[in-house]
Amino acid sequence: MSSEKFDYFIKGEKGKYEVVIGLEVHAQVLSKSKLFSGSSTKFGADPNNQVSLIDSAFPGMLPVINEECVKQAVRTGLGLNAKINNHSVFDRKNYFYADLPQGYQISQYKNPIVGEGKVLLDMPYGVREIGIERLHLEQDAGKSIHDMDPTSTYVDLNRSGIALMEIVSKPDLRSPDEVNAYIKKLRSIMRYLDTCDGNMQEGSLRADVNVSVRKEGDKKFGTRCEIKNVNSIKFMQMAIEYEASRQVELIENGKKVDQETRLFDTKKNETRSMRSKEDAHDYRYFPDPDLLPLKLEQKLIDDLKKSLPELPDKKKERFIKEYGLNTYEANVLVSEKEISEYYEEVAKLSDKKLAATWMMGDLFAMLNDKGLDISKSPISAKHFAELVESIKTGEISGRIAKDIFEIMLETGDNPKKIIDLKGMKQLSDPKELEKIINEILNKNKDKVDQYKSGKVKLFGFFVGQTMKLSDGKANPKLVNEILTKKLK
Amino acid sequence: MTEITRQSLNEIIEKVKTKKISSTDLTKAYIKNIESAKKLNAFVTTTFDQALDKAQQFDNKPNFDQLLPGIPLAVKDLFCTENTKTTAGSNILNNFIPSYESTVTKNLWNNGSFLLGKLNCDEFAMGSSNETSHYGNVINPVGDHLVPGGSSGGSSSALAADLTPATIGTDTGGSIRQPASFTGTVGLKPTYGLCSRWGIVAFASSLDQAGPMTKTIQDCAIMLESMSGFDEKDSTSINKKNEQYSKNLKDNIKGLKIGIPKEYRVDNMPKEVDELWEKGKKILKDLGAQLIDISLPHTKYALPTYYIVAPAEASSNLARYDGVRYGYRSKQGKDLIEMYEKTRSEGFGDEVKRRILIGTYVLSSGYYDAYYLKAQKVRQLIKKDFDDSFKKIDAILTPSTPSSAFKIGEKTNDPVSMYLNDIFTVPVNLAGLPALSMPAGVDKQGHPLGLQLIGKALDEQKILNIGYAFEKNCGFKNEIKKWWS
Repeated sequence: MSSEKFDYFIKGEKGKYEVVIGLEVHAQVLSKSKLFSGSSTKFGADPNNQVSLIDSAFPGMLPVINEECVKQAVRTGLGLNAKINNHSVFDRKNYFYADLPQGYQISQYKNPIVGEGKVLLDMPYGVREIGIERLHLEQDAGKSIHDMDPTSTYVDLNRSGIALMEIVSKPDLRSPDEVNAYIKKLRSIMRYLDTCDGNMQEGSLRADVNVSVRKEGDKKFGTRCEIKNVNSIKFMQMAIEYEASRQVELIENGKKVDQETRLFDTKKNETRSMRSKEDAHDYRYFPDPDLLPLKLEQKLIDDLKKSLPELPDKKKERFIKEYGLNTYEANVLVSEKEISEYYEEVAKLSDKKLAATWMMGDLFAMLNDKGLDISKSPISAKHFAELVESIKTGEISGRIAKDIFEIMLETGDNPKKIIDLKGMKQLSDPKELEKIINEILNKNKDKVDQYKSGKVKLFGFFVGQTMKLSDGKANPKLVNEILTKKLK
Repeated sequence: MTEITRQSLNEIIEKVKTKKISSTDLTKAYIKNIESAKKLNAFVTTTFDQALDKAQQFDNKPNFDQLLPGIPLAVKDLFCTENTKTTAGSNILNNFIPSYESTVTKNLWNNGSFLLGKLNCDEFAMGSSNETSHYGNVINPVGDHLVPGGSSGGSSSALAADLTPATIGTDTGGSIRQPASFTGTVGLKPTYGLCSRWGIVAFASSLDQAGPMTKTIQDCAIMLESMSGFDEKDSTSINKKNEQYSKNLKDNIKGLKIGIPKEYRVDNMPKEVDELWEKGKKILKDLGAQLIDISLPHTKYALPTYYIVAPAEASSNLARYDGVRYGYRSKQGKDLIEMYEKTRSEGFGDEVKRRILIGTYVLSSGYYDAYYLKAQKVRQLIKKDFDDSFKKIDAILTPSTPSSAFKIGEKTNDPVSMYLNDIFTVPVNLAGLPALSMPAGVDKQGHPLGLQLIGKALDEQKILNIGYAFEKNCGFKNEIKKWWS
């Protein structure tokens, strides 16, 4: 089925090594207020302006669960085809740090809200199923700011207490490309569900990456290292490549990989040791006595399930069936909810296949060029559909369409208006075309003779001249037909 | 007029309602008492000016329909009080002024009362003698060499010495009932979740519960009614309708079944405690109650269980006192970690440190299963003992403490013997049940002793009724001589 074969191995002197990767993704829950307090979660407020007495851990303050965050976690779990646990427990993870006011993070340890699930990745070598180990809810910490003052560290607690979903994958990923596809897929699912905005720049999506290597064919996993808090896909990929090579080098030199936590230095493009297993924190997890176990009614779960939107995998299948797209096209067009919605609007009003081609070509190139999201596209789906439809009916040629596209971009006008105003309609009247062609054949009698004596390449010359004389408006299909007839 | 402060809260309320005394004069009478009782060291902070203002406001515009009309009250310094320093008996909060009011105190003020001052207590409520307070030990009005019990020792001392008409404390393992027993007063630990924990400096979250300390059972009912109620800010608060405990107080206990647990004895328990228990049984029997022998087989594990669960929770609850955002901060530290270490070393006293260490230890990986997890399992068994017994009885009668008030300094160097003082009160907290300590008699030195009534969850009315009937027939009178002024 697939044309390519999986081929990501680290080559050592003594053989090929497979890279085994597991991700712990921290996704900020989209909610108006924090996980256990009423403070706002809006990004970009002045430091310490969205901090309640609970977030700053004043004496006697108590957490109260935000039901919306619970629902968001359930929705996400359902989107990951995962088991939703009717009974889950919030635990305290104890450690001291300046940006952790309580001295503990409220998290879920032994009993998470969401259990095992799976995510499907469309790779060039086929579909890969990546297991989800669990998803749990936890509080985010505040932010320590070290670069505002040479001698002091400042603490901003705006982020303190915001709800995070920690989504833990099984060690099923095998290459930086798969990590890229996995993160994008997770992001896409959560954006479809409106449970996380997936904005990596603002830190709403971050990940810890677990990497180990093993000789190709080995059954046993190698010792893994955890790379903390990498905040872009590119850095994740760089970190994995570096880390996998480092581990292979250790093994090839007869050394051992130590289980440890490492940091990725984006400037030097290397990972370095943060703390060893021996120095690992003892978090002293225990159930938070301020909170009762979280009990979910089956009805709530069922209702949430019923209200879920169509998710990318389902939508992809439908696009293939309903619109006759190929897998590649369907994958691209469902990757973002907004793109898929734009496409469907266009496809309803014009040719489905042609719409896909033009969207993925000119429209995406333009958006990419301007750094715009499709939701901010200067060309509306309706106008874009009209353009596609004009191409389909032969009213305009593809080349003219590109010009019209540029004008639409500048003026925001609909394509019909531009075509009429600029007289860009395609010349499809056979009589008029014949007139033009006759003129050209008369002017170039020598070339006609050469053509007839076998220099068939000259056909393109006659087409070009016709287009030129018609200001590019001649219908290429008709021009071909007439020329073929006349040159017989 | 000075005699007004000797009276019960209920009598005082009647006098205010019938305008026999103004709130201002009442407040002044207490202020006078407090000022002449500095030797007891019951107060950490007084709020006299504020109290007199509130009293004046009440007198100008009285509302006699309230439960606590114009009544000044001092409260344990574990309740956060808006704009009034709240120390929890600790150096680490020596400068902490909350911007908020605890739900329980807010309820009291909403019922017409106001703050007279903050009462001394063991540091973070960890202690049984009020000797662990950073603000010095409190003296029991019963005798100048005696502890007032703990951790609500400032509360029991102030109440017994007529420095407040009633008060509130918190009870994690006996911190209301034991000091009540030591001072000849009434103390009630309500069902876990009946009173909101919001705004109370936390010790052990799954055990902490606020409750009233009063001179009479009737007063106890009034105070409980005033302070309790559902609070959506506390996830462990019980969502139920408020009850009118004082209005529904009845002294007819005919036919009630009272359980007598055979396990509530310790080695070398003074004879008087046993005699007092017998006396209690007889009174209840004479009132028509039926005595039933019961067994609570896991009682002997309650104290060790408590001293795992409570320190575990405390070690985590007290992590927030790091000197960063409020409270005491050491000036010594060179970096963050050193600042934490110095702040906490200088800010916490020995008993608090001891419990943080124990708690940290029992939660550590490798020890968690053997200690914390096992303790949680035993806790369930202790609760089950009570549940099983309550299928056939209405309430349980036990001594409140294994002895009367001990001498200041007597147990400070022996934590375990100090902990043993809570042996009869701790099981109740582990099971989340309500329990009342009521004065019942004195030992041969004339020091008060209390009996404990334990009820089913949310059965406060029943144990108050039994206490009410008992009180009328017991003939106990708290004869405290004013030696301190």
